[in-house]
Amino acid sequence: MPSARVVAAPSSSQPLRIEALVKLFGQLTAVDGVSLELNSGECFGLLGPNGAGKSTLIRSIVGRVIPDAGSVSVFGAPADSVGARMALGWVPQELALYPRLTCRENLEAFGKYHGLSRAALKAAVVWCLEWAGLADRAEDTVASFSGGMKRRLNMAAGLIHQPKVILMDEPTVGVDPQSRNRIFEMIEKLRDQGISMIYTTHYMEEAERLCDRIAIIDHGRIIALGTREELVHNAFASRSEVFARFGNSGESVVAWVKERGGVFDNGTARFTMDRATDIAGLLEAAARAGHELVDVSLRKPNLESVFLHWTGRELRD
Amino acid sequence: MTFILAIVHTGLTALRRDRGALALSFILPLAFFTIFAVIFGGRRGTTPKISVIVVDEDHSRASQQLVKGLSEESLTVITRPAPKRGVEQPEYSAASAEAAVRGGAAPVALIIPKGFGENPISFGGGQERPTIQLLKDSSDMVAPQVITGLLQKVAMTAMPDAMATQGSKYMEMYAGGFTAEQRKRINQGLEELHRQESAGNSGTQSNRNPNAGMPIAVATRDVVGENKNNPMVSFYAAAIGVMFLLFTASSAGGSLLDEAESGTLDRVLSSRVSMGTLLAGKLCYCSLLAFAQLVLMFIWAWLVFKLDFIPHLAGFAIMGISTAFAVAAFGMLLASTCRTRAQLGPLSTLVILIMSSIGGSMFPRFLMPEAMQKAGLLTINAWAIDGFTKVFWRDEPVAHLWQQVLVLLLAGAAFFVIARKFARKWEYS
Repeated sequence: MPSARVVAAPSSSQPLRIEALVKLFGQLTAVDGVSLELNSGECFGLLGPNGAGKSTLIRSIVGRVIPDAGSVSVFGAPADSVGARMALGWVPQELALYPRLTCRENLEAFGKYHGLSRAALKAAVVWCLEWAGLADRAEDTVASFSGGMKRRLNMAAGLIHQPKVILMDEPTVGVDPQSRNRIFEMIEKLRDQGISMIYTTHYMEEAERLCDRIAIIDHGRIIALGTREELVHNAFASRSEVFARFGNSGESVVAWVKERGGVFDNGTARFTMDRATDIAGLLEAAARAGHELVDVSLRKPNLESVFLHWTGRELRD
Repeated sequence: MTFILAIVHTGLTALRRDRGALALSFILPLAFFTIFAVIFGGRRGTTPKISVIVVDEDHSRASQQLVKGLSEESLTVITRPAPKRGVEQPEYSAASAEAAVRGGAAPVALIIPKGFGENPISFGGGQERPTIQLLKDSSDMVAPQVITGLLQKVAMTAMPDAMATQGSKYMEMYAGGFTAEQRKRINQGLEELHRQESAGNSGTQSNRNPNAGMPIAVATRDVVGENKNNPMVSFYAAAIGVMFLLFTASSAGGSLLDEAESGTLDRVLSSRVSMGTLLAGKLCYCSLLAFAQLVLMFIWAWLVFKLDFIPHLAGFAIMGISTAFAVAAFGMLLASTCRTRAQLGPLSTLVILIMSSIGGSMFPRFLMPEAMQKAGLLTINAWAIDGFTKVFWRDEPVAHLWQQVLVLLLAGAAFFVIARKFARKWEYS
C-alpha cells in the first residue's frame, strides 16, 4: 500500500479509541456502553451473531451514526471530522458500488470524493486493482462481476484514499469459500503492512485466523475481550470439551446429560472436562445408565465454545 | 376457481399495500378526468372569456354602439392598458394595440377606423366602406374566429339605427325601378359574389375579400408569427420538452434513492463529501441533463420543422438554463420526499402529469378557463412555456424574459432548499 497521506497532524498515536459508546434505536439498545482501543498495526475482531450491534458500532466510528452517549476518536480527532474521515477506511457490509460504472471508474469516483489529487488517485487506483486482483477487469462494469469480485472491489473502494485505520464490516458475507480465501489473503497482506484494522464477523474461523485480539459482542455489549488464547482460557482454563451423540435422544437422555453437568442441544450433548482421561468415566456412566453412545469426540474449546459459554447460545443463532 | 380466487386475493392484498400503485390506479384517472372536464367540458357551462383590445378611432355613435355591443358579449373588452402604480393609462392607439398583441396582452385587437360611422354596414361587394382591422396572434386559432363572428352578430343586434339607415340607403339605391344603372350595379354585385364563390377556400383569410356577404367589413392581419414557418412548433417544443424534462429530472434525482438503498450513499457521506455538496452535485448533473435534452429538442425542431433556432440562441440559452435548473431542483425535491424508487415512480408520474396538463404542456393555457390559467402559474411548465413563447413566437428581446427567469430561478432555489431539508433523513442514523 502506498504511504498514507497525513491530512491533519494527529493529536494521539492511538489509532482508535471508543469510550462508553451507547446508541439507542427507540427502545432497542443497539450499542450498550462499548469501550475499546485499537492499537497500531493491530487487527481487532468483533465477533458476534447477526444483530449483536457490530455494524452500528462500525457506523458510529465512521460518523454515519450519531451515538447517544460516549465518544469515538481517531488519532485523537472526533469521528465525523475531516481528519477522522481521511484516516478511516470503511468497507461496508453492503456492496456500496456504482453498478453501471467500471471497476476503475468506481475507484476513481470514491478517490475523488476523498479529495485525492490526480497523481495520488492514479497511484491508489493501480495499487487497489493489484491488491484486489482486479487489474485485468479494470475496464469492465461492476454489473458484470461475480459476487466475489464485487466484494473485493467493495473492499478496494474503502481503501482508495489509503487510510491508516480500516473498518471491515463482514466483508465475506455471501461469498463462496474460494473467494473467501482470496479475501483472507488480501487482509493478511494489509496486516503484513502494519495497517490497523477492525474486522467484524460472525464466523469464528475468520476471527481466529485474522485477528490479534477479539471482542465477543452480544446485545450491544462486549462480553469478553482478549486474544484467542485469553478468551478460551478465561472461559475454560485448561478444560476440554466432549461432544457425545446417543442412540436415542429421549427425555431420559436429556435428564442424564443435565445431571452430569452437560448441555443437550440439537441431538448432541456437550460436556467440559478438566482432563481428557475423564472421558472414560463418562463412557462407563452412560453404559451403566443404559444409554447407547454412537459417537464421542474430544475437542479443545474454541471461540464458538467461548460464545456458548458466556451467552448460552450458539454464535450462528 | 380456488386458484383464481387465491391469485386475485394476492393481487388485491399487494395492491392495497402499494400506495403508489393505488394512486396511479385511482387518483390519477380522477385527477385527469377532472382537469379535462373543466377545460373542455365546461363544468359550469361557460367558455373561457376571450380578451380583445378595441381601439375606437372613429368615436361615432355607430362605433360606440359596436364597442358597447361587444362588451355585452362574453368577451373581456380592453380599451386601455392596466393602470401602472394606480395611474390610469391612456387608451390604446392602433400602434400600441398592435404592440400589446405582440406582447401577449390579448390574442386579438380590433381597430375601428375613422369614418366607420358614416357607412358602418353594407351588404355585398363593390362598395367603398370602412374596414375594421383585426390584428391577431396566430398562435391562438380560436379567438380571432370567435371575434369575427361576434362582430357580425353585434352589427346585427347592437346597431339597429345603423341597419335602418343603411337599409334606406339600399332602398334609394335599388328600389326606384331597375334602370340601366341599377341593373349594372346588381350585376356587378352578383358577379363579385360569383367570383368569390368560385375562389372557394383558397388563400388565407387575410387575402380574401373581408366584405363578402358580411355586414361589417373586417380585414384580418397576423401581427405575431406572420413570418413563422410553423406556428405551433416552438410552442410544442417547449411544452413537450418541459414535461419530459420533469420526468428526466425526477428519474435522475432518483439516483439518490438508488444510492441510499444500495448503501453507496453511506459510503459517499463517509468521505469528504457532505450531504449539501452531494445534493448540489446532483442538482448540477440533473440541470445539465435537462438542458442537453432541451438543446436536442430545439435542434430537432430547427432541422426538421424549420424552427427559427439560430436567431434566438441567446433567449433559448437563458430560458433553457433557467428551466433546466428549476426542473432539476423539482426532480430533486420529488426524490427527496420519497424513501424508495418504488415510491418515486408513481408520485412523479402523478405530479408531473397533473402539472403538465394544468401548466400548458398538453394543450395551450389560453384554451383553459381563467381560474385554471391562473392555477397554471403555479407550475414550472407555464412559466417555461411563456418564456420560450416570448423568445420564439413573439421575438421579444432577452430583457423581456426577466419575469419568467426570476420565477424559475427562485422556484428552483426554493425546491433545492426544501429538498435539502428532506434529505436530512439520510444524513445520519
